[in-house]
Amino acid sequence: MSENIVILGATSGIAKALARRFASRRCDLLLAGRDADELNRLAADCRARFNIAAGVETFDALNFDDHAAFVDRCFAHFSGGPHCVVLCYGYMVDQQLGQRDFAEARRTIDVNFTSAVSLLERFAARFEQRRGGVIAAISSVAGDRGRQSNYLYGSSKAGLSAYLQGLRHRLYRSNVHVLTIKPGFVDTPMTAGLVKPDSPLLASPGKVARQIDLAMRRRRNVIYTPGFWRPILCLIRNLPEFLFKKTKL
Amino acid sequence: MPDTAPLSGWGRCPVLTCRLIRAANFDALRDRLSHFGEMQTLIPRGMGRSYGDPALNDQQFVAPCTDFDRILDFNPATGLLHAEAGVSLADLMTHLLPRGFFVPTTPGTKFVTLGGAVAADVHGKNHHRDGSFGNHVHSLELLTADGEIRTCSSTENADLFAATLGGMGLTGIIRSVQLALSRVPSAYCDVTYRRTANLDQALSLLEQTDADYRYSVAWVDTLATGKSLGRSVVMLGNDAEGHSGAASGAASGGGGHSYQMPARRRKSVPCDPPFNLLGRWTVAAFNRLFYATHRDKQVVVDYDKFFYPLDAIAHWNRLYGKRGFVQYQVLLPPEQARIGLTRILEAVAASGIGSFLTVLKKCGRQGPGLLSFMQPGYTLAMDLPNTGESLRVLAAKLDQITLDHAGRLYLAKDALMHRDTFAAMYPNLERFRQIKRQYDPRNLFNSSQARRLGIVEEP
Repeated sequence: MSENIVILGATSGIAKALARRFASRRCDLLLAGRDADELNRLAADCRARFNIAAGVETFDALNFDDHAAFVDRCFAHFSGGPHCVVLCYGYMVDQQLGQRDFAEARRTIDVNFTSAVSLLERFAARFEQRRGGVIAAISSVAGDRGRQSNYLYGSSKAGLSAYLQGLRHRLYRSNVHVLTIKPGFVDTPMTAGLVKPDSPLLASPGKVARQIDLAMRRRRNVIYTPGFWRPILCLIRNLPEFLFKKTKL
Repeated sequence: MPDTAPLSGWGRCPVLTCRLIRAANFDALRDRLSHFGEMQTLIPRGMGRSYGDPALNDQQFVAPCTDFDRILDFNPATGLLHAEAGVSLADLMTHLLPRGFFVPTTPGTKFVTLGGAVAADVHGKNHHRDGSFGNHVHSLELLTADGEIRTCSSTENADLFAATLGGMGLTGIIRSVQLALSRVPSAYCDVTYRRTANLDQALSLLEQTDADYRYSVAWVDTLATGKSLGRSVVMLGNDAEGHSGAASGAASGGGGHSYQMPARRRKSVPCDPPFNLLGRWTVAAFNRLFYATHRDKQVVVDYDKFFYPLDAIAHWNRLYGKRGFVQYQVLLPPEQARIGLTRILEAVAASGIGSFLTVLKKCGRQGPGLLSFMQPGYTLAMDLPNTGESLRVLAAKLDQITLDHAGRLYLAKDALMHRDTFAAMYPNLERFRQIKRQYDPRNLFNSSQARRLGIVEEP
C-alpha cells in the first residue's frame, strides 16, 4: 500500500536507504532535516529513480520554538496528511569529550531525547485524533545497558526507548502504532571508524532499511536489526551488575 | 575519523595500508581537505574495481565516494543523465533500463561508479562503434585542490576536462557527471559465435565485422600454440529488437524482447581458498572446454549475461587465492598488432603462467582524455595469477614487447609497470603534468600508482 511518509533527519545513511525503500513501493515522501541542499539532492534521487513525489522541509531538532510550526508544515504538505513518521536523526557524542564538556553531553541528550519528545508528541496528538498512523524511531542497542565506553549516547537512547514504549502503550487504543528500531553497526559514514570496513558485524543500510520497512508494515513493536543483535543484547542486559561492572565493554 | 585499513584493487595485489576518510556529505569532505597538511595526500575511490594500485594511497588518505550516489536528474526526452559520481552503473541499469536507456558503453562489470568510469575513461565491446565513456560525458563538476568546484566540459575548463577523463582521480574529486545515455530497443542482444583457428583469423574477423555489429570481442585460448596460436571464439552482437510495448513496460506481446531480464541469484566465493584455484591445469582445462563448446551459433542473450558474465559470481577475484592476480591489458596499433600480439601470446605460453580469461578487442578512435588508454588498434587483456617473481619477469618481458611495437598499457589494470615504460607509452603525459601543476601544485591528489609511475611529479 502506498503511503505518505515523513522522514525526520533524512540525510543520514540509514534514512537515505529507507527513503529509497519507501519510494520503491510507491510511497510519497517528505524529507526533513537541516541541510536543504542535501535534502533536495535526495528528493531528486527518489523522484528520478522511482518516479514518486518527494518534497523537502527544513527543521532543526534543537530549535524547539519552531517544532509546532514545523509539524504543521508536515501535515500541510500532503493532502490528507502523513500516514507515517520515521525519526532517523541522532547525535553520537564521543564519550571522552562528553565527560569533559557538559555542553556536548547536553547536546546529545537534547538531540536524541528531548527533541524527539517535542516532535513525536505533536505527531502523536494528530495521529491519535485521526485514530491511525505509524510512528517509528531509530533508537540504539547502546540504550539497552549503560556501558563505560558509551553511556552518554546510550542513556539518551535508553530514554528514547522508554519514551517510545510509553507512547506505544498510550496510542494502542487509538490504532496508532509505535515501532522502536535498534540497529547495530550499519555501513554508513556515521559508523566509519568505529568498526573495520570488512567487519562481519557491519550491516548494509539497504538490508536494515528492508527490515525496518517490513517491521513498520507488520506492526512490530521493537526490532533489532540485523536480528542477531537481539540475543547478544539479551545476554548483555541480563549479566548481573557485579559481574558487568568488571568487564571492559 | 580516519581509520586505517589494508586496501587493494580488484586484483588484490598489492595490498597497502591506507587511511580512509568517509565523510557524511560532500561539503564535509571538502572541509576535511581544506585542513590537510602540506604532506598529506588523498585519492578518491569508487567501488575498487580497478585492478592494481590506482585507487590506493600507501600510508596516506583514500576517500571512498560511494555514499555520494544520488541521481539528480534524468530527462527521458533527451537521454541526458545528471548524477553524483558515486552512483554505480548497476544502479543506473536497475532504474533506467526499464525505461529504455542504458549507459553508452560499459566495462565488463556493472559494479563501477560513474566517477570511476570517467576517471579510467573505460571502454566496452562497442568501442569500435561508440568510443569510450568519456566520449559521452557532456560535463562534470570537479572539486579541485583549491577547494573550488569547477564545471568542466569541452568548452568550459577544457584543459581540466581533458585531464580528468582518464585522469585516474588525480585532478580532483568528481562531484557529478552529465552523461548522454543510449536509447536501446530491449535488454537483449542477438549474439553470433564464430570460432577462428588462429590469431590471424580472429583479427581479420574482428576487422571485417566492424560495420555489421555494434558489439564485438574475441575470447582467446592462450594455451594454444604453434599453428593454433591465438585461436579464438569471436562474439559478435547487436541489440535485439524490442517488442512494441517494451518502453511502456507492457507485457510481451508478439515478437521482440522486453527490458525485463531473468532474475538470477548471485553466487559468491565465500572466502579465500587456501591456494590459487585458477592455476595452470584448471585454466588449461577451462580454455579447452570453452573453445570446444562454443561452436558457431546464434543465440539471444540478456544484457547481464552478455556484458557482465563474471558479475554473476560475487568476489570471483578470491579464486586466485590470497596472493591475487594482475590483469595485463595491452593495446597495439593496427599495423603492429599481428606481429606484436603473436610475440605476446608466445611469451605467455612459454612462461607457463596460464591466463584464465583472455579477451581481444578491436579499438576505434583515440580516447578524449590526455591519459585515455584507447586509440586505434587492438587490445588484449589477460588475467595472470600472482606467482611472484616469475610474474614480474613475464610482465617485464611483455612490457618490452609492447614498447617495441609502439603499444601501451591500461592504467586501470596496471600494477607492475615501470615509470620509464609509462612515459614512453603516453606522449601527452607532459601536457597532463602541466595542467596538474596549474590546478594542484602541491599534489594534494596523489595515489600509489601515480607515485610509482611518476604521473605526478614529486617536488
